[in-house]
Amino acid sequence: MIDENNTIKITYREALKLALRDALQKDEKVFLMGEDVGRYGGAFAVSKGLLQEFGHERIMDVPLSETGFVGAGIGAALGGMHPIVEVMTVNFSLLAMDQIVNNAATLLHMSGGQLNVPVIIRMSCGTGKQLAAQHSHSWEPLFAHIPGLKVLSVGTHEDARGMLLMALQSADPVIIFEYTAMLNMEGEIPANAGIVNSTNATVRKEGKDISIITYGAGVYKALDAAKELIPLGIDAEVVDLRVLRPLDTETIFTSVRKTHRALLVEEAWGSVNVAAEVSACIMENIFYELDAPVQRLCGAEVPMPYPKHLEDASLPQKEDIVSMVKRMLQHDRV
Amino acid sequence: MENTIAIQAATTIDRAHGSELLYQMMMIRRFEEKAAELYTKMKIRGFLHLYVGEEAVAVGIMQALTPEDNILSTYREHGHALARGIDAGKIMAEMYGKMEGCSRGRGGSMHLFDVEKRFYGGNAIVAGHLPIAVGMALACKKQKINNITCCFFGDGAVAEGAFHETMNLAALWSVPLLMVCENNLYAMGTAIRYSHAVQELEKKGAAYGIEFAAVNGMDVLQVEKAAREAVEKIHRTGRPFFLVCNTYRFRAHSMFDAELYREKSEVDEWKKKDPIPALQKQLLGLQLTTDDDIKQMEKKVDQEVQKAVDFAEAGTWEPVSALTKFVYSGPNK
Ligand SMILES: Cc1ncc(C[n+]2csc(CCOP(=O)(O)OP(=O)(O)O)c2C)c(N)n1
Ligand SMILES: [Mg+2]
Repeated sequence: MIDENNTIKITYREALKLALRDALQKDEKVFLMGEDVGRYGGAFAVSKGLLQEFGHERIMDVPLSETGFVGAGIGAALGGMHPIVEVMTVNFSLLAMDQIVNNAATLLHMSGGQLNVPVIIRMSCGTGKQLAAQHSHSWEPLFAHIPGLKVLSVGTHEDARGMLLMALQSADPVIIFEYTAMLNMEGEIPANAGIVNSTNATVRKEGKDISIITYGAGVYKALDAAKELIPLGIDAEVVDLRVLRPLDTETIFTSVRKTHRALLVEEAWGSVNVAAEVSACIMENIFYELDAPVQRLCGAEVPMPYPKHLEDASLPQKEDIVSMVKRMLQHDRV
Repeated sequence: MENTIAIQAATTIDRAHGSELLYQMMMIRRFEEKAAELYTKMKIRGFLHLYVGEEAVAVGIMQALTPEDNILSTYREHGHALARGIDAGKIMAEMYGKMEGCSRGRGGSMHLFDVEKRFYGGNAIVAGHLPIAVGMALACKKQKINNITCCFFGDGAVAEGAFHETMNLAALWSVPLLMVCENNLYAMGTAIRYSHAVQELEKKGAAYGIEFAAVNGMDVLQVEKAAREAVEKIHRTGRPFFLVCNTYRFRAHSMFDAELYREKSEVDEWKKKDPIPALQKQLLGLQLTTDDDIKQMEKKVDQEVQKAVDFAEAGTWEPVSALTKFVYSGPNK
């Protein structure tokens, strides 16, 4: 339904599906393959109905063989196709990690520039569903570590609608992280929303007092926190990194030059994560702009426990963001 | 390997054994129906994979194992855990996430562990536990411990590289491993014909020089017999064995499954082969039980399940201060 502002209400899931449909319609070389993407309708119903619309050649169910079908996706890309490979969840991506790291990310370099690998690998990820230690991984940092990969994180509805389309323009492998906990979430996007830029970070809310820098499931949490801070007289800026590799440091620096404070929020374990990289970049480049030490709120250093209260406690929550911002601004002393 | 274990007698069914098998299957069924109910009441969360329809496999196989044997399973493991003799209350408490659970609440439904019962999970990465099973069997062999390791997994797992590496290693190293494939014809929504170029999964044993058999997994007596024969062979030869149990899951893959991939009529056809009424009928025919016995048993099962729920309800939540426990071994392990 289009309203007077020319926006539509849409779930994150539906936005992802519209992007997939566009991609399949626009280019015959594009096909989707993954476990249960067809007959089952997608483990999370993202591809529901696409098999009926595009048929088995374009929507391929594959056996439980992550090394095999991700590798096959890389091979199909070498052979002239443009595959979108769905790894059901990031938790199973390690079974395909050898293919991703040792083939997709390196073939261009090893071949002295003769080969490139235009494959897209989508995976759902994230926390918050009490899925315990093997099914709750936030492994964006693992992938962001690898030269040769482009790593995108879909933190908003607009990006759910448009990031894939931009990724398809890449000549090199793109990893796209989608967030299971956001699938049912409704959001508003322009009725004519489509392709979005996927090279830069974006300021999701402007502010002058502090930069909350985050991505993925952290974006809406940070925006909620920022809203709560307004009545306290704190004007926080929220930066959505979106592209975890290569990092858009310019957007980060511009924001921190304005606010002089940076709080980094990430669900992944704190040690050696994306926030650690962002923090180092700030320190190396714009240290003298800072009025306070950079702070991080990240996942606790523990495999994810099953009970709700322990899962909640192991992740940065909106309340944690609010109180950390207050602390950083020494708000409690005023 | 020297065979020092007495060969178990071929399965003869007497009143006591028949009742035991029936009771265990009915207990698993009722326990899981209750779990489904508790899931809708949000007492149990996360993923919940039910074993309804497949009970004869776990119960039949366990008959052939001793308390010293090792067991590894998947995320669909409530049946295996119960048949192994893990306390129903501890399993239910685990599914609630309470400290009294068999994994102290840290694992939930997909990660039941009980080292005393030699039950090593509860693994939720498909085929992730298969190589571990080889290693456990290898450790027994190296230490000249005369136990076997029994590893349960699904038809879907057979497509994973880990399955094939496991089979090769088990045969190459000649370890006492019982590989039990629960072929329920589906891996989530993918029917076996879309997963496997060769659908008679047992044939994959031959490629690795591993002895194999396939059995009707809807008949607990046949499963027990096949398991006893397999275990006897493993002990006699010291070599692995691949047993495929053909079965069917009556319910959805998990609590999030709309079952778009199969016809209701197919499910109904399989329900006619329900292993529980089948055994009841068999025992009644042999006059090894009565309708009244079965009613009594139902009552007992209800009580035991209720006891498990009460135990879980009364359990305690681990304090948040303990969040980062169990990351490394040590004094506060
Ligand atoms: C490596 C891996 N890939 C995908 C999944 C998601 N998944 C969980 S269960 C399952 C189906 C497994 O089927 P099968 O092995 O036949 O066991 P069943 O569930 O039928 O008992 C899938 C695809 C997973 N847990 N691990
Ligand atoms: Mg199966």
